[in-house]
Amino acid sequence: MATADVEKKAEITKKEEKPVAEKITVGHVHMSGCTGCLVSLADNYDGLLTILDKYADLVYGLTLADVRHIPKMDVALVEGSVCIQDKISVEEIRETREKAAVVVAVGGCACYGNITRFSRGGQPNQPQHESFLPVGDLIKVDVYIPGCAPCPQLIRNVCVMAYLLLKGNQEQQELAKKYLTPLMQLADRGTEACGCDLMIDVVNQGLCMGCGSCAAACPVRAITHEYGKPNVNREMCIKCGACYAQCPRSFFNFDVITEFEGISELINGALQ
Amino acid sequence: MGTELGKYKACVSARSTNKEILKRSQDGGIVTQLFAYALEEGIIDGAIVAGPGDEPYRPRPFIATTVDELMSARGTRYNISPNVSWIKEATRSYGLDKVGIVGTPCQMQAVRKGQLYPFGWRDVDDKIALAIGIFCMENFPYQSIKQLVEDHAGVSMQSVKKMDIGKGKFWVYTERGATVQLPLKVTHKYEQPGCHVCLDYVANLADVSTGSVGSPDGWSTVFVRTKNGDDIWGKAIAAGCFETKPIDQVKPGLELVSKLANEKINKNQKTVEGRATFGVDKALRNPYIKP
Repeated sequence: MATADVEKKAEITKKEEKPVAEKITVGHVHMSGCTGCLVSLADNYDGLLTILDKYADLVYGLTLADVRHIPKMDVALVEGSVCIQDKISVEEIRETREKAAVVVAVGGCACYGNITRFSRGGQPNQPQHESFLPVGDLIKVDVYIPGCAPCPQLIRNVCVMAYLLLKGNQEQQELAKKYLTPLMQLADRGTEACGCDLMIDVVNQGLCMGCGSCAAACPVRAITHEYGKPNVNREMCIKCGACYAQCPRSFFNFDVITEFEGISELINGALQ
Repeated sequence: MGTELGKYKACVSARSTNKEILKRSQDGGIVTQLFAYALEEGIIDGAIVAGPGDEPYRPRPFIATTVDELMSARGTRYNISPNVSWIKEATRSYGLDKVGIVGTPCQMQAVRKGQLYPFGWRDVDDKIALAIGIFCMENFPYQSIKQLVEDHAGVSMQSVKKMDIGKGKFWVYTERGATVQLPLKVTHKYEQPGCHVCLDYVANLADVSTGSVGSPDGWSTVFVRTKNGDDIWGKAIAAGCFETKPIDQVKPGLELVSKLANEKINKNQKTVEGRATFGVDKALRNPYIKP
């Protein structure tokens, strides 16, 4: 009886260990962030489980994977800005660049500093920790996912597209490349963001048509519309970068967005 | 006719069968009727529409959850209503799981970008149940419309019954029955600058898009574009919401739509290209290339 049980158990274990498909390796690197980005990833619920089942192995992640040092991985999802007075953070972000093929800055802090831009230190128990830099000020970042918190659905889309880019057939790779291009361009654009971007790069450029996307994207409701144009309350703005990225006049890639129906079906299908 | 009309599964000329809707609708009452049907059938829980604002003909985006509220938003106001600004709030403060939204072509672009790239639109992508697009050549700031109506047409905003752009003119109808028309040439300089880089006339990315152009007075041209749009439109027709005519049997028909679409796209494409050499070795930003 006991032997049969053990055998049965062994069989089940064996079944689970069977390699599913060729997965990509993903790590979550935690810099100075509030863990909200990680929670956002988790907020994909069963979608996250499908991603971990079918497409990605989580090889690194504080509290999630029992791994002390940053391993080699395909995709590093970096959350938080880097405190340059904290040696370990600086070492880890450098190591992340060396070990990861693709570095994704997830969330406002990693991309633009977000609220850590307002830090002047002086907080116990490390009052000297005063300077926080977006990841892109220390290493080359490949892909940006701005926002505070970044939306679960965008993190999910990027994970699926990263998988298609690395493991898909030629057609899928091309789609993934097209999809990720603007997020790569955002990474190239720089490490500063503010609600002012709506003025400087949209309204001042004669591009705003008053759709309202920015106001809907703002996590702190700092944006209202006056006579059809955005009005940013700069005291409230936390510099997460969501408004500008969301604006259809920051980027609009016809070759991807026109295919919204097919791409949505593809992503939903991938997560079944 | 090529890509200027976008992808579509069907195109018809249509009008609502509801007389109440037609009393104050811009043309065939398509948007109000389709939302009213979707609301009653539970296809949507509410719709973001351009409702009446603080001043006459100044729209305010609001979320209609009843047919009465929809009725208050009938008709076109020809100035900016940032409907998309409510898209997340509709799913949060209003708790809607199935959101309807009506908007101009650029607003439909915004909605689809937000579904594929939701930077700040958490949990919105799968809640957009019906996106209705309206044909749009360009839009105006509120102050522009005020200037046109009060200064050029000499009519006070309070006494306007309806505004319309059609047959090459801007029309103002007053409650007392007077009609003033302005040549469109007069209106051009008042247009919203952001419209001049827009490359979409007939809301190519909507589920269903509609506008007066191509159909006889009191009727609207309707493009059914997505699977979702096709499904809802089919049910609405089966429920007797609309009278329809085949588009090739009405005047002026699809050719006019196509002509105007090409005119807009070609003109604006030139504007987009011109931005590259706007200064001396200095370009204006092109959103279609990179952020």
